[in-house]
Amino acid sequence: MANVFTSIGNWVNERAPGMMPVYRKHMTEYYAPKNFNFWYYFGVLAMVVLVNQILTGIFLTMFYKPGAATAFDSVEYIMRDVDWGWLIRYMHSTGASMFFIVVYLHMFRGLMYGSYKKPRELVWLLGMFIFLALMAEAFMGYVLPWGNMSFWGAKVIISLFGAVPLIGDTLVQWIMGDYNPADATLNRFFALHVIALPLVLLLLVVLHIFALHEVGSNNPDGVEIKKKKDPATGKPLDGIPFHPYYTVHDIVGVGFFLTICAFIIFYQPTVGGWFLENDNFIPANPLVTPPEIKPVWYFTPFYGILRVIPDKGLGISAMFASIVLLFLLPWVDRGAVKSIRYRGLGYKVALGIFALTFLLLGSIGAGLTAEWIPKIFGASADVTSIEMHFGWLLVLMYFGYFIFLFGYTAFGYEKTKPVPERVTGGGH
Amino acid sequence: MANEGVNQGRRRFLTGTTAVVGGIGAAFAATPFIKSWQPSERAKNAGAPVLQDISKIEPGQKISVLWRGSPVWIVNRTKAMLDTLPGLDGRLRDPKSQVDQQPKYAQNETRSIKPEWLVMIGICTHLGCSPEYIPEIKPEPFDPEWKGGFFCPCHKSRYDISGRVFQGVPAPANMVVPPYKFVDDNHILIGVNPEDKA
Amino acid sequence: MMRKIVLALAFSAVAFVAPASAEEGGGLLPAGTKVGNIASLQRGARLYFNYCSGCHSIKYQSYSRLADDLKLAPGEVLSNFAFTGAKIGDQIVSNMPADHAQEWFGKAPPDLSLEARAKGPDWIYTYLKSFYLDPSRPVGWNNTVFPGASMPNVLWELQGTQVAHYAPAKPGEEPAVEKLELSSKGKLSGEEFDAAARDITAFLQYVGEPAALKREAVGVWAILYLAFFTFLAWLLNNEYWKDVH
Repeated sequence: MANVFTSIGNWVNERAPGMMPVYRKHMTEYYAPKNFNFWYYFGVLAMVVLVNQILTGIFLTMFYKPGAATAFDSVEYIMRDVDWGWLIRYMHSTGASMFFIVVYLHMFRGLMYGSYKKPRELVWLLGMFIFLALMAEAFMGYVLPWGNMSFWGAKVIISLFGAVPLIGDTLVQWIMGDYNPADATLNRFFALHVIALPLVLLLLVVLHIFALHEVGSNNPDGVEIKKKKDPATGKPLDGIPFHPYYTVHDIVGVGFFLTICAFIIFYQPTVGGWFLENDNFIPANPLVTPPEIKPVWYFTPFYGILRVIPDKGLGISAMFASIVLLFLLPWVDRGAVKSIRYRGLGYKVALGIFALTFLLLGSIGAGLTAEWIPKIFGASADVTSIEMHFGWLLVLMYFGYFIFLFGYTAFGYEKTKPVPERVTGGGH
Repeated sequence: MANEGVNQGRRRFLTGTTAVVGGIGAAFAATPFIKSWQPSERAKNAGAPVLQDISKIEPGQKISVLWRGSPVWIVNRTKAMLDTLPGLDGRLRDPKSQVDQQPKYAQNETRSIKPEWLVMIGICTHLGCSPEYIPEIKPEPFDPEWKGGFFCPCHKSRYDISGRVFQGVPAPANMVVPPYKFVDDNHILIGVNPEDKA
Repeated sequence: MMRKIVLALAFSAVAFVAPASAEEGGGLLPAGTKVGNIASLQRGARLYFNYCSGCHSIKYQSYSRLADDLKLAPGEVLSNFAFTGAKIGDQIVSNMPADHAQEWFGKAPPDLSLEARAKGPDWIYTYLKSFYLDPSRPVGWNNTVFPGASMPNVLWELQGTQVAHYAPAKPGEEPAVEKLELSSKGKLSGEEFDAAARDITAFLQYVGEPAALKREAVGVWAILYLAFFTFLAWLLNNEYWKDVH
């Protein structure tokens, strides 16, 4: 048996001698720091979800019918008539939300340990482009079932482009191919969702990983393991081969993650209206707006910024700026130390507040604060006004993070702790 | 990074077990995807047995009924038509219907439950065209000794009035008889065998 | 330090999810339905076909699927539930012409296939219990959960009739309904009627997602398998990481 594998291996190797070195470079001879912690699972989990989305997505396209008259019915056809169709659809819908959960945690990891800092700026930039492509992909996928939230969500998001000076209205009509989200819109979103954007995403993911493997992985200590090599072998002293050590390590994380996903898919597929919204079980109706239009949870922090700024152009600009600033993070942060473990207290506090701000903006975008305000301030409270003022504070804190970070690091206010020569911890 | 003192046996055993258990899981995970290709609930409902009233079919007349997307012919054959059957054996490929193209209860000369009622899927066994019904017993351009039957215009395959294929034509086998049963004297249910319920 | 921040963030994330969606709560009564309870679904189906199906369709549901899932004989489903001329493979569509409906109720009765998914079981349960006599409405009925509903209380023979007690009106506002009171008894006691409303709700919940029956049955095995696999992978991981010091 082993002989058969060896001879097949040799047969391939003779004909494509370049393949083994690629495998070695990225797996058996890719040296990763030995002190990865819990936060380092989310990259591989994002890959797992991506594969899940592609597989289940391919099968959904076999049954889904793009078109204003057929889309909603075909989704119900999948849910009821196709053998196991409900499972494939729930895997896809749960996967969409899980994708954002792991990507947000993956990004937060990058913030904590300074993974965006030199020499990994390109890794961060490519990652941000993945995030952008993912948002576009998720939005278009959300429109496809053609429920009432799909329709109104599409209408609101596309209208954002109306704020572009001079060509706004023309642009909106061009995107929709009609005067309202309609058959033509659905058809083009389908094409973008199932083939164009997935290709872009895949390409970006490959580039993201290649760029990472050029410079090597960061770690919770923010120490460059390539600086301390074994003089005899030339291997990093604090590095271990990705395969087998991190393969077996990641399989555990993946197994645990899939168990959680299975619980959601089989017992809580809508997650109380957060993963699949109640109003999206009503077919698209251009005459009846749902009682509360809000995007799916993963867009709510950005939508929150839009919602509290009363001026259309300004609100949209602020929303875009909130994403653009994330791209610029490697140049905003001038600190010499990468990991939060050795950074100044100011950074620790600021990052905590920034994360909390992001979540609270999400609660405004999701309309949760509007429910809480009467409970906290009494029934007679002016909900809109309190929410607005609270929202402005949050927007200031969001943008304030970047201003603070630049000032704090560029002018030497940050008091850092000494960074160790070698990584701490890791191993058993 | 020291490999001394490693229990290679345990390591190999755990690798093997995890791989096998993972493989079983992958196989289970694949089944829903494979099964999703089977005829859906809707297709099954659309392919449900079809009940046909036959009391209005005149002797010699043929009607077509759609069942699972294929035309099913019901022919009320006359005595004269049935009389042509025994004399044809020498010219047919499979006069005794030995090839499995019909349910057991239709493996006879008339290829039917009741001799006069022919129930047959109207698809040529060559390449899937639907043959023409030419019941008149008179010389035809394609066969000077025509005794009535079915003629496929696509590639000139010929069948007798029981759907048995002639020799020397491209079609390899007799036409297919679907499962069917008589609910009463005037109704045929296409798609179930006489012994089935429903 | 780090661990505390992480924990605090995790807890605040949970706090966001906990209140769930806006539709729930808001004065609705808990329906307390169990979709896995086939007997309840069967009773609900009988009530549904007696009182609801004359006007409302459940077009995504077929009679054959109903028979399979509710463990009823196909013949029984056809003779007890189906409209004349329906075949077992047909979808369950009301034969009330849409224009008649428009004329009688001012609005065509909506399809109920996904009602339980769009509104939630609690809403349906409370709605069924909240009809009261209101002579100001064209059909003579109103509903506290859905004010101005065009539907009359089709279950009044079972429930009896309710009348509203109004709270003192604030100046310039319509008086709000404070509570409902039974004005004449129906065939069922209060508890029996609650059970009937619960059965109808359970049936509509089933119709909203027939796969739920299978989903919950299969899920246990998937989770048990994954937990076992993760445990094995953990052993394997520990074995390999003995190398790393």
